[in-house]
Amino acid sequence: MSATTATIATGVARADGRRPSTTLDRRAFWHLIGRLLVLGGLIGLVIIVIYPMLWMGIGSLKTNTEILSDPFALPASPDLSSYGRAIDRGVGVYFVNSVIVTGASVVFTTLLSAWAAYGLTRVTIPFSRTILMVIVGGLMLAPTVAVIPLVKLLQAWGIYDTYWALILLYTAFRVPFTTFLIRSYMIDLPSSVDEAAFIDGASRAQIFWRITMPMCKPILVSAVVLQILFAWNEFLFALIFVGTESLKTLPVGLATLSSRAVTDYPAVFAGMTIAAVPMIVLFFLSQKYFVRGLADGIGK
Amino acid sequence: MSERTTAEHAGPLGLVRYASRVGGQGPTAGRTGRRWRALVWVIPGLALVLVFVYYPLVLNFWYSASKLNLFTGELSFVGLDNYTRMANDPVFWRSLVNNVLYAGISVVFQVFFALVLAAVIESQVKSGRWRAALRSIYFLPSAMSLTVTGLLFSFIYQPEGGLLNGILDAVGLDHLQQAWLGNSSTAMLAIIAMSQWQGFGYSTLLFAVAIQRIPNEIYEAASIDGVGPFRQIFTVTIPLIREMTGLMMIVTMSGAFQVFNEVMVMTSGGPDNSTHVLGTWLYRSGFVKNDFGYAAAIAVVIFVITLALAIVQVRYTSRKRVVW
Repeated sequence: MSATTATIATGVARADGRRPSTTLDRRAFWHLIGRLLVLGGLIGLVIIVIYPMLWMGIGSLKTNTEILSDPFALPASPDLSSYGRAIDRGVGVYFVNSVIVTGASVVFTTLLSAWAAYGLTRVTIPFSRTILMVIVGGLMLAPTVAVIPLVKLLQAWGIYDTYWALILLYTAFRVPFTTFLIRSYMIDLPSSVDEAAFIDGASRAQIFWRITMPMCKPILVSAVVLQILFAWNEFLFALIFVGTESLKTLPVGLATLSSRAVTDYPAVFAGMTIAAVPMIVLFFLSQKYFVRGLADGIGK
Repeated sequence: MSERTTAEHAGPLGLVRYASRVGGQGPTAGRTGRRWRALVWVIPGLALVLVFVYYPLVLNFWYSASKLNLFTGELSFVGLDNYTRMANDPVFWRSLVNNVLYAGISVVFQVFFALVLAAVIESQVKSGRWRAALRSIYFLPSAMSLTVTGLLFSFIYQPEGGLLNGILDAVGLDHLQQAWLGNSSTAMLAIIAMSQWQGFGYSTLLFAVAIQRIPNEIYEAASIDGVGPFRQIFTVTIPLIREMTGLMMIVTMSGAFQVFNEVMVMTSGGPDNSTHVLGTWLYRSGFVKNDFGYAAAIAVVIFVITLALAIVQVRYTSRKRVVW
């Protein structure tokens, strides 16, 4: 903008018939070069980000021979059959599993965290600050550290290699973050509405469901989208706690597919696209909530 | 602009310290019976966290001092044996060095580069719509699973039909072509490069949010003082979001010590164990070699490193900070 202004200013000076200021000219010139460099850099980075993703999509439409020959070539005749083969080779099942595990863990995580956040901000609870510390402190512990004892624990309870293993773990390991997120929103809400309803004889549960939850809608949406992103993409637990082919979720299933389908690259590309597209769509649909959740989650 | 301690604004771990100092009493006090009954609100979440997060952590310390086979159920105490073996295990040290390398490179790209990028976008791109579009596009790889981006880059790095070798060929650098993941001198860097591609947009987005929260008056004042928009990035923007920069450094490093998915998908630690990180060496020691006690000892190392970083983060975020 200021580069343009400077150029216009010089132009005007010329039109006046006076000698244009060389310093202004030179400054405008360097300014323009700077702007072009910045613009070029930003666009270059867009290409670096977008092109591999497009390459993945295009690869799913190629034949195996085409993938192995010229990486830049477009498919001679775009072929959607790779998607059918990917689904037949297990991606269909993995997709359904991912939906089940993600869906259930979203419901549990959001509800348990909202309850805990409500209890910690609105209700007088014994040891509430200890409880807060314990729950939010869970964020400090890396999931990797718990993996080996968890195998034994889940085996003992008979939920090793079931959906429940993943649903419970995805909930337990995300309650700290989600509770933190919802709590920091609830604490800024006025409690006068609650108290008025309480005096009018409403029960705690009624206040929670009818008043507090609707007021927290924006942060609940953030919590939900971040949990979807987490559960859909999680790999470590999914690799260790589920071994049965028919229970695998997409991240582990795709890795299995790629090691088995070495002669059918287009199907692997198709499977990757099937796994990636829902999250990209989700991000574009709920960007505002995504950004808010991420930003508030790290410290507002 | 005023200075105050704002634990509420200090991120999840800042809260831990806050909670340890200030009481969290709700607005309505009830009789004792009702107070205890009120625990039902927090018990489900608390129980899950205790059972699945804290209890395994404690158990892991015990396992790390044991010989353990999870398939046969064998469990016997061996003292520090696993740790002495670890000290003499070259792959363990290699893994640790790889994690450190991962952390260092990630700080450069996902903190410093992302910070400058966010500042440039926010100050040099005039159209709000284009700013938003750039932030979103750069973020996109972070919405994809590491399995997908890892597999995608395995194809990009492939010697036959891979995109990287194709590009090198197209620009006349074909002598640099190689099997990027098959060569132990390039494999680790190739994985780390994928990780930067995947993650820089995430931190750029967070930095951009922090920059947007700087009040406009400060920039106006700087402009009046004759500071141009480009110099403002270094004299106004970057100094004013140094809190976020510190936080992102810690979060990025902590993430680098928990790397697992991308390495498993791209190389599984090979070739010649050159790309193992602590997470994959733990997995291999336990689930492939049945040496679960040793794996638990590696887990303790990961725990100590990530906990140390978390403590730094808690202390950092609960300091006095500038609030507008």
